[in-house]
Formats: sequence, C-alpha cells, structure tokens
Amino acid sequence: MTLTAPVTPPKSVPASRRGSSVRRTWQKASPYAYIAPFFTLFAAFGAFPLLYTAYVSLYRVELQTPGDMEWRGLGNYTALLEDEFFWISLRNTFTIGVLSTVPQLVMALGLAHLLNYRMRGRTFLRTAVLLPYATSVAAATLVFAQLFGRDFGLINYLLGTVGIEPVDWQTGTVASQIAVSAVVVWRWTGYNALIYLAGMQSIPDELYEAAAMDGASRWRQFFHVTLPGLRPTIVFTVIVSTIGATQLFGEPLLLEGKISGGISHQYQTLGLYMYEQGWGFFHLGRAAAIAWVMFLLIVVLVGVNALIAHRRSRKEAGR
Amino acid sequence: MTAPGTIEAPPRPPRPDRPSPAAPPRGRRPSRAGRTLHAGPVAYAILIIAVLVSAFPFYWTLVAASRSNADLAQVPPTLVPGPHLIRNFEAVLEEADIGKALLNSLIVSGSITLGTVLCCTLAGFAFAKLRFRGRGALLALTVGTMMIPPQLGVIPLFMMIAELGWVNQLQSVILPGLVSAFGVFFMRQYLVQTLPDELIEAARVDGASTARIFWSIVVPIARPGMAVLGLLTFMAAWNDFFWPVVALTSSEPTVQVALRQLGGGYVHDQSVIMAGTLLGTLPVLLVFGLLGRQIVGGIMQGAVKG
Repeated sequence: MTLTAPVTPPKSVPASRRGSSVRRTWQKASPYAYIAPFFTLFAAFGAFPLLYTAYVSLYRVELQTPGDMEWRGLGNYTALLEDEFFWISLRNTFTIGVLSTVPQLVMALGLAHLLNYRMRGRTFLRTAVLLPYATSVAAATLVFAQLFGRDFGLINYLLGTVGIEPVDWQTGTVASQIAVSAVVVWRWTGYNALIYLAGMQSIPDELYEAAAMDGASRWRQFFHVTLPGLRPTIVFTVIVSTIGATQLFGEPLLLEGKISGGISHQYQTLGLYMYEQGWGFFHLGRAAAIAWVMFLLIVVLVGVNALIAHRRSRKEAGR
Repeated sequence: MTAPGTIEAPPRPPRPDRPSPAAPPRGRRPSRAGRTLHAGPVAYAILIIAVLVSAFPFYWTLVAASRSNADLAQVPPTLVPGPHLIRNFEAVLEEADIGKALLNSLIVSGSITLGTVLCCTLAGFAFAKLRFRGRGALLALTVGTMMIPPQLGVIPLFMMIAELGWVNQLQSVILPGLVSAFGVFFMRQYLVQTLPDELIEAARVDGASTARIFWSIVVPIARPGMAVLGLLTFMAAWNDFFWPVVALTSSEPTVQVALRQLGGGYVHDQSVIMAGTLLGTLPVLLVFGLLGRQIVGGIMQGAVKG
C-alpha cells in the first residue's frame, strides 16, 4: 500500500492571513465534508439496515403492517430449524454453490492463461469473453430457461443428436441445479478470467525465465510459477464467488418464474427462500432471521477459506 | 466550472501496459516468459470456442425474438433470425410496458451513476490525500463492508421505504444505489496513483482552498478513473435485480422488474419473452460494444488492487 505524504500546508505559511483561526478550524474539519455525502448514505442505506436486520429477526413483523413489531425472541430461528424447506434450501445453496463456483474458477484460470499469450486480436478476445458480464441475471436466466426447455430446448435437441434422452431440466434435482449453475458459470467465467489475468501480469518475468533456464515445460511453469504467484488472487476470487453463491436469487427465481424454486423446492436457494418467506408469505421477521443465517454462513465460509489460505502459505513458507 | 462526472470524455485505460499489436515481436530471442509466449493453434481454437459460447446466448435471443412461437417449437430448431422481430417488440411494449421500464431504468441508472461517481470521488480524494482523525478506521470500515452483500440489509431497508411511503417510487432504488464502498476504494486507489502530492502542495502555497483544489486539480486528473467507475456503476445499476424486484411493482418497473414479469408466467409466448430480453439487454450491450476495452481495463485495475 502506498504511503500518502501529509498535505498539511508547510509551516512557513504566514499566520497573518485573514481569519486564520477560522480557516485553520475549517482546514481541520473540511476533510469530513468530503466523506460526508458517502457516509451519510452509507449509514442510512448500508450500515443501519445491516445491523437492524439482526434486531428485526427477533420480532414478528408482517409485510402488511411493518410498523407493528411483536417480540418473539429466538422464535424465528427455532421455527427455521423446524422447517424442512429451510434445510432443503441450505443444502441447495451449498450444492449449487459448488456446481457453479468450481467449474467457473477452474475454467477462468485456463482462459486467463491462454489470454496471457502474445497473440493477434488479444484485446478483442479479452473483451469478448467478458460479454456475458454485460447481461443481467434476468436476461441470462430467461435465455437459458429457453435453451434448457424440455421439449423444444436447443440443449436437449443437441443431446438428442448424440443419442441422449431428453433431460427434464426443471423437475430433476441434479438437472435443475445444473441448469441454474450453468447460468452462473456462463455469466461469471470471463469476469474471473480477467481478474486472474490481472494477477498473472503482476508475476515477474524473471521467475518464468529462471524456470525456463531450469528446463521447466510450459505446464510445469504454470503449476510452479503461475499458480503460486496467483494465490492471493485465487483466494480473493474464491471468497467473492462464495459470497455470490450464498446470495443466488435471480437464477433460481426465473428458471421457472416461481418463488418456490421448483415443485419440490429442488433448486430453491436461501436467497429465494428468504424472498418467499418475506414477500410471498409476508413474514418479514422470519425473512430477517434467514438473512442473518446467511450472514453467519458467509462469515464461516470466508473464515474457513482464509484459514486454509493462511495455513497453506505458512506451510509453503516453512519449506 | 465543469460538471462532475461527465462521461463524454473518452476515458483512457488506467493501465496502458498493453504492447501495441502492431509492434513487431522484440528481437529473435526465444521467448520464455508466459507473457511473451506466442499462442499456438490450440490456444486460438480454445479461445474461439470460449468466445462462441459467450456470444451464443445473445445470438439465440435475437433468433428467438425474431421468430413466432410456432417456429420455436420446430424440430430441428431454426438457427437463423426470422421475420417477426418488429411484431414481437410490439407485443412486449403492449404486454409489459417495456417502454416505461426502459425509461425508468435509464433514470435510475443515470442518477445512480452520477451520484455514485460524485460521492465516491469526493470520499476517495479525502481518503487518498487529506489527513483527518479516524481516516484509517473509516477506510477499513468501508473496505470491510465490501465483503457484506447488501442483500442482507434488505428487510429493514424495505421497512424504511415503506415508512417513508416510497414503495414503488424510483427514489427507493436510486438512494440505496448510491452507496458504493467499492467506488470509494476504487477512486482512492486511482488518486493515490495518479495525483502527485506536490501538485496539491503547490496549489495550497498559492492559497487555493481544498474545494478549489478538488474542482480544478483533482477532478480533471481523476476523470478517466471516474469514467471507468461510471461505466461499471451504470452496468451494475442497469442489471440490478433483487432490490428493484422488492421495491418496485409492475406499475413502475425497471427493465429487470419487467423481465421478471415476462418470465413469471404473465406471458407464455417464448418469442415475446425473448424480444423483451433483447430490448432489456440492448442498451447495456451497446455501452459494452462502444467501451468494452475500458470496462476490461477497469475490471483488471480494480482486481489487482482489490
């Protein structure tokens, strides 16, 4: 991190300047004027709601009468634990998270490696793989829902040409979760590839040259120079993607357009479950409890990730 | 005085490290480092497949949006655009009021972009170049919350806007959209790198106030960074889904809310749904087509430091 030099005026500035004490007070206070617009909005629409969620989760609050709050203690939480759909959505969030994050990041790593080559049309290729990032969840999911259609979908047609029976991408548990994950993978692989590419470009050339001197093949260079050099970037993307996966909402909502996430809730995520409780069944208090559970889940997952990354780099340093 | 955050100036990519493609490869020295390796046919082939996979859903949207529903039920599926594009557009405008949704999205995304760029440049400047008590702690707080998804505060936020009577009004989407911890961090990093302290000191010696320094020195220098932040913010605001779905209804939708209604069973005509999807995607696709290179630069820039 770059150190910023102090910008206070040099002491030699004549103190005789008009209203110098007022001016000095203002000089001290004025930085706060620059951060005030952001922090005012941040306090009102960012930090406060985040904290207040925990408070709301202890009350019975209904959507129609958000002003009436009735103390419920941990009632919202115990109700969650007894709801089988909570457990189903928790499991779905986990499986869809793995199904979407792992292929996405592995493919992004490979793409980034290729995009790092010297080649014709490099800028075009880099921009083109980012194209899916320009779509919205809603648009992407509606198109994929069409492609994944059971009877007339293009994907089942293609599978048919190689002799595979049509798959019901909406009712099968694994199939529907794959369909949801496909949208996520499609939208975010190029984005992550660019992040890896940025990381790769900060790896010093000398490391590659030294590896090449030692006779390391391209593959070995990738595994022994690129991957270790990218570790911080990889940890960053794993954490960001994990958080994203915990929040999945639009994809499972729009695959069929129903808030239950499939007839047997087979692809309902926690995000969608929260929406169903809050805006489908009007239980805002219960929805707040789900939000808080999601937050704890993220804290645990990020903590585990950070721990693994920390231990691995310590191990390596010890070698 | 120049208006803040005007985006018409063509932004230069913040990291002009790209070797110009016209330049001949340096010397005949066998290239060794990953960066100077030349791509072989396999690399090209894989990348072209990746590009095709990236682009195909867009092409398919166009195909499906320009066909009738009956065409889409054909086996084998047709893979070329048909003649019904205009008719499907008309159907969407009628059934989901996409026209109003497009206008609303433009208002919302435009306001969010201008507001965010201004707020974040102000705060980014303060964090980069001014000294004040609590600077480190406040910056850490800001960066820390980047990791917390805003979705988690959605219930109190909804209760707030219900209390204020803002449900189904555009400001309920605009105001929370102005909060961007990423933007503050991005502008701070940008200014730390591009704005020399000497420039500010010199201006101070000349008696310029901080406000004067901000408008006459910081903003002009920050403009490329502001443009990139503006682009990223506009795309994110245009594509935002969860909060608009919660805060707005079908009578005052953004494009994403309208798409949700299309996909939510109000319309069963697949080709009409695809026409709506196409209309909702076109504006941001246009931005991407014109300024894709800057967007790539912005993402890579944000990533290295993130």
